[in-house]
Amino acid sequence: MTQRDAELRGEDLTCRRGERLVFAGLSFALEAGGALVVTGANGSGKSSLLRLLATLLRPESGRLLWNGSPVAADPAPYRALIHYVGHLDAIKPALTPRETLGFWAGMRGRPARTDEALAALGLERAATWPCRWLSAGQRRRLALARLVASPAPIWLLDEPSAALDTEGESRLAAMIAAHRAAGGRVAVATHQSLPIEGAQSLALGDFAR
Amino acid sequence: MSGFLGLVRRDLLLAWRQGGEIGLAVGFFVLAVVLFPFGVGPEPELLRRVSGGIIWVAALLAAVASLDRIFAADHADGGLDLMALSPLPLAAAVLAKCAAHWLTTGLPLTVVSPALALIVDMDPADMPVLALGLLIGTPALSLIGAIGAALTLGARRPGVLSALLVLPLYLPPLIFGTGAAAARLGGGEGRAHLLLLGAFSLAAAVLAPLAAAAALRDALE
Repeated sequence: MTQRDAELRGEDLTCRRGERLVFAGLSFALEAGGALVVTGANGSGKSSLLRLLATLLRPESGRLLWNGSPVAADPAPYRALIHYVGHLDAIKPALTPRETLGFWAGMRGRPARTDEALAALGLERAATWPCRWLSAGQRRRLALARLVASPAPIWLLDEPSAALDTEGESRLAAMIAAHRAAGGRVAVATHQSLPIEGAQSLALGDFAR
Repeated sequence: MSGFLGLVRRDLLLAWRQGGEIGLAVGFFVLAVVLFPFGVGPEPELLRRVSGGIIWVAALLAAVASLDRIFAADHADGGLDLMALSPLPLAAAVLAKCAAHWLTTGLPLTVVSPALALIVDMDPADMPVLALGLLIGTPALSLIGAIGAALTLGARRPGVLSALLVLPLYLPPLIFGTGAAAARLGGGEGRAHLLLLGAFSLAAAVLAPLAAAAALRDALE
């Protein structure tokens, strides 16, 4: 992986939504194999920070740097490296899990490793059901299966374990461990205790109050 | 390119599986046209004179009524986020979604339009010009509609608001489309009108995706 030595760095990031200052002066560095666990109360800006890392939100001030150069100047190469799993699952009730994974991998311009992805999340049996039959936990698993279906070195996960059962949580933890062992990076926003070893934690306070 | 075709294919598959969507647009179009003879009276002379206008206005309304399905579902389920992050430029994704929208709205409307022309007593000799005009002009309805649909994402009454935004912009295709049919009625060919209509659609194909993509980026912030 050529991005092995690169560093994802946030410098003095400030985020404002409308009138509200969500967070200010946030800095971090994420190296290959590293994990960033973002914690904080509801409304403390965990999702905003992840959307900011995904280039879906622009910081009011501060910069996001990849490999030493600002991401905002040329976001396309950086976007090709990230996988963003937000709290919405991007699942269509009328499509099957297999079609869903194939479609999203195709949008990234890669052939989908669909079988591997379905197996990694334990969705083999549901593979050809319409997604409207899936439970909330299964939908979450399918959203996470996108991570396996088309590999990318940077994972941005917003409350990935929400709605997952304990078995699903341990699958997720194993996925994250394997991803990091292969030199991948992960940023996770969570208020649940995911077992992620050696993660740096970033606690968001209440700038609002 | 694979992403573009994949998106068109998925939107068509969704329209097909969820059924009804094509039927709704066509049903709306048919009903709107059928109402006119009841409203203006069944005099053939009068109906024939306004037949082109009736069909075009009904097509505009049917297009407006179906605009919300271009982006609303993908916005609500988070799919737009992923599209915005994919290597496919967002304007190209908009173009793909417009293509799928046209194939499930504008094209079926064009196909049924000759049958409706009979209801409003149009001269059969004028039907090819009307159908050709719809074929050339309806892509512009999907493309311009996409701007309205993108701008009103997250609004309280997106359907009504996008109709208010978009209907005035539908004036050029309405004027050129009915102009072609009227020119034929006056003994001309309507060729100039059709060429202008084509130019408008082509300009919309270039500019509307850019405008809609900018509006989408704003909606995702």
